Amino acid sequence: MDVSQYLDIFLDESKEHLQNLNTSVLNLEQDPENPETISEIFRAAHTLKGMAGTMGYKRMQTLTHDMENVFSEVREGNLKVNAAMVDVLFRCLDAIEEYVTTIQETSDEGDNDNEPIIKELNAILENKGAAPEEAPAAAPAAETAPAADASAQAGGAWNAMELSEEEQKAMEDAMMANKKIFGVTVYVQESCLLKAARAFLVFKAIEEHGEIIAANPSTQDIEDEKFELEFSLVIATEADLDTILNAIKSVSEIADAKGAPFTGAAAEPAVQEVKEEKAEKAAEAPKAEAKPAATTAVTPVKTEVAKKTEKKPQQEKATLAKSDGKKTGKPAVNRTVRVDIEKLDSLMNLVSELIIAKNSLVSTATSAGSAGNGLNEQIEYLESVTTNLHESVMKVRMVPIESVVSKFPRMIRDISKQLNKPMELYMSGEETELDRTVVDEIGDPLMHMLRNSADHGLEMPEERLAKGKPECGSIFLDAYQDGNNVVIEVRDDGNGIDVERVRQKAIERGVMTEEQAYAADDSEIINLLFMPSFSTAKQVSDLSGRGVGLDVVKSKIEALSGEVDVKTKLGEGTTFSIRLPLTLAIIQALMVVVGGEKYAIALSGIQTIENVSPKDIKTVESKEVINLRGTVIPLLRMDQILETHSKRNPGADMVVVIAKKGDKLAGLIVDELIGQQEIVIKSMGKYMNKCKFISGATILGDGEVALIIDSNALI
Amino acid sequence: MANELSTNVNEIVQYIVIRIGDEQYGIDIKYIDNIVRMQQITRVPQVPDYFKGVINLRGEVLPVLSLRLKMGLSQDEITKDTRIIIIKMEAHEAIGVMVDSVKEVVNLSTAEIERVGFDRDGDRGNYAMGIGKHEDGLITLLDMDLVLQGL
Repeated sequence: MDVSQYLDIFLDESKEHLQNLNTSVLNLEQDPENPETISEIFRAAHTLKGMAGTMGYKRMQTLTHDMENVFSEVREGNLKVNAAMVDVLFRCLDAIEEYVTTIQETSDEGDNDNEPIIKELNAILENKGAAPEEAPAAAPAAETAPAADASAQAGGAWNAMELSEEEQKAMEDAMMANKKIFGVTVYVQESCLLKAARAFLVFKAIEEHGEIIAANPSTQDIEDEKFELEFSLVIATEADLDTILNAIKSVSEIADAKGAPFTGAAAEPAVQEVKEEKAEKAAEAPKAEAKPAATTAVTPVKTEVAKKTEKKPQQEKATLAKSDGKKTGKPAVNRTVRVDIEKLDSLMNLVSELIIAKNSLVSTATSAGSAGNGLNEQIEYLESVTTNLHESVMKVRMVPIESVVSKFPRMIRDISKQLNKPMELYMSGEETELDRTVVDEIGDPLMHMLRNSADHGLEMPEERLAKGKPECGSIFLDAYQDGNNVVIEVRDDGNGIDVERVRQKAIERGVMTEEQAYAADDSEIINLLFMPSFSTAKQVSDLSGRGVGLDVVKSKIEALSGEVDVKTKLGEGTTFSIRLPLTLAIIQALMVVVGGEKYAIALSGIQTIENVSPKDIKTVESKEVINLRGTVIPLLRMDQILETHSKRNPGADMVVVIAKKGDKLAGLIVDELIGQQEIVIKSMGKYMNKCKFISGATILGDGEVALIIDSNALI
Repeated sequence: MANELSTNVNEIVQYIVIRIGDEQYGIDIKYIDNIVRMQQITRVPQVPDYFKGVINLRGEVLPVLSLRLKMGLSQDEITKDTRIIIIKMEAHEAIGVMVDSVKEVVNLSTAEIERVGFDRDGDRGNYAMGIGKHEDGLITLLDMDLVLQGL
C-alpha cells in the first residue's frame, strides 16, 4: 500500500480543519474565555498534527505541534488569549495553509521551516513562565487514564488473540532482542468512512516505533476493510506503551486505543500492570481526577474526554457481545456520502439526454396525431418523472455557499488591521444553496467585491466620525433565493461611488467624449467601473485599485450566466448585487418563432406576453416604444436583431414578449408563440459565441437545433 | 503540418478526397471523426458568413463551416451529394465542414506528394500544404490546422 492514495483525504480534511481553526480563532478573539471554542481549536489542531505526522510531512507536523502546545496551555487556563497571540496564530494558520497548498501542487511540503512563527509560538509559551512540557503531557495522560481504566475492566480484546506458530516465534525473537511486547486494541470512530485507510495510517504510525507481530482480524482483512469498529494488534517495540498509544490516537477518526504488555493467554498480570500504570497517570494529572473504579463519571473537565468515556461502555458491551449486537444504542450517524463532482456531472448529462429523448417522444406522439389516450397518459407520466429526476439531481449538486463565505470574516479582519480601519462584516444567508460548480466559482468575485468595499468603500475612521457615522465601518454580505435565482449582495455603509469623479475619469481616459459623458445617466457611468483597467482609487494600494477587479468580477459572473448590478448613494454607501441562476444546464423556456426559425427565451427573464396593435407603437427619440398600462417600454424587433425577415402580416396585432432585467423592461416583437418547454442548454463552442445575445442552443424534440435568446443581453 | 511531409520518405498517409466545384481536395483521415449527410442547419446571427450555422450531431451542437465560402468561392449549392465532414483536431474545437461531395479514400506516399512552393501567407483562401498525384488527377491537400486557425 502506498500512502499517496490517502493524499486526497488528507488534503480535504486538512482544509476542513484549517477552515474550522480560522473560524474558531476568530471566535476566540471575540470571546477569549469560551471553553467550547478552546476545546474545538485544540481538537482540530491535534488532529491536524496527527494527520501531518502520519503522512510524513515533518515540517507541517512541527509547526502544528507547537501551535497545539499553545492551544493546550490556553485550554489548561495557563495562558490568556490576547490580540498579539491571535495574530501569531493566524500567521501560523496561514503558514499551515501554505504547506497544504504546496502539498496539493507538488505532493511535497516544500522546505520552508517557518522558524520565525515557531519562535513566536515558543515565546508565547515561555512568557507565561511555566515549562511548556507540563501541559501537553497532562493532556494525553488524561486521555489514557480512562482508556487504561476501561481496558482493565474489559480485560482487553487483544488477550483473546491466538497466535500462530510463526507469530509466537516472532514474539519470542523480539523478546530475545530485548523488545517489549504490547497488545493493543484500536477503536475506529463510528462515523469513519474509510476504515481501511485509517487502519493503514495506524499501522504506519506504529511501524515508526516498532513492528506488528500479529493482528486480529488478519492484516489482509483489515486492509480489505473486513472488520467492524475495532482491531487488535500485537506489537514488538523498544518504545513505551504511551508513545505507541499516542501515535495511534494521533490518526484522525480513531476513537480510542487501549493497550497493555502482551503475555499471550495469561491475562492476569497484564491487568495488574495496567492498574498500576493508571494510578500513576492519575497522580500525574490531577486535573483528570480519574477514579479507578468508575468508567462513566471520569473527568467532566474536558468535553473530549467526557465524550469518550460516554462512548466506552457501549463499545465495551459491543465487544463482548461480538459482532451482531453492535447496532444497538448506536448514535445517529451523519448520513452523507462524499461523491466526486465528475460523477454528478455525468449523472446530470444523462438526465439531460433523457429529457431530450422525452421531448422527442412528445413531439413524435403529437405529430402522429391522437394515437390513443393511453399513450398520452404514459407520456405525461414520463414527463413528470423526468422533471422530478432532474430536480433531485439538481438538489444533489446544491451546496450551501457557506463553504465559500466562511473564510471572509478572517479576510476582513486582516484587511482591517492592515489598513488600520475598524470594520465589521455581517453575513446572512450562508445556508443559501447553489450548484456546486457555481459555488466553486463565486469565491473570487465575492472576495474582490468585499475587498473593494473594505478598501474603497469605507472611509477612514476620522472621516467617518466627521460625517457623524459610527467609527467602525460595516460591510454586509447577504445571500437569499429569489425565485429561480440566488442573489448575493455586498453592501457597505461607506462613502458610495462618486459618480462625478468617474465621469471626469472617463473623459480623462478618453473612454467617452465630454458630451457623451454628460449625456450619460448615472447608472451608465457607474457601469464604466466594470470596464477593464478602470480604477478611480487615488492611491493604488496592495488590496485593490490596480484596475483588476471589477471587470474580472463581471466576466466571471457572466460566465456563470449571472449578472452584476450596482446601486450607490454618495455619502451613504454602495450595494453590489450578484444574481445567479439556480440551475445552469436545464431551464424552462418560452419557445417562439421569428422569421420561420424557432428560438427559446428563458422563462425567468420574461415578465408578461402582450398582444399589441401596430398603431399603439409610439416613437420617442426615434426609438419605438409602447405605453403599457402607464409604463413606457422600448420595443425590439427581433427579426431585425436576428438578421432575418418577419413572416407576419404587418397590419395584424403583434406578439410582444415583455422581458425584464432588474427593474428595466423591454418588449421583444416575435412572430408567434409555440409554448413553454423544458430545455437543455448546450454550448455552441467558441466559434459561435461572438453573438452576445445568443446564450447557447438547445436540441428540440425533433432533433432540430434552436438558439436560446438571452433577453438580459438585449436590454 | 508541412514538416510532417518531409520527415519520413516512405510514409503513407490516407486522405479523404472531397470535391468542391471542379477541384479535388484531400483531408488527412486522422482528423476526420465522421462524415454525415446534409441535415437541417440552424442559422446563427452575427457570425461571419462562412459559418452556415449549427447542427445536432447525436446530442452535441456543432458549428458548420462552408469550405467554399472560407476559400472565397461562390455560395454552396445543396445537392444530394453534399456532405458535412466532422473534423476533430487537438488544437481546435470540433467542427463540421460542408463540402460538395466526398469521393473516395486514397493512400498517398510521400513520393507522390509535391510540396507547395509559393508563400501561402500572402495568398488568402489558399490552405494547401501540398499537391498529391493520384491516378489521373491532382489532389490539393488541405492544411486543416491553417483552415481552422483564426476562425
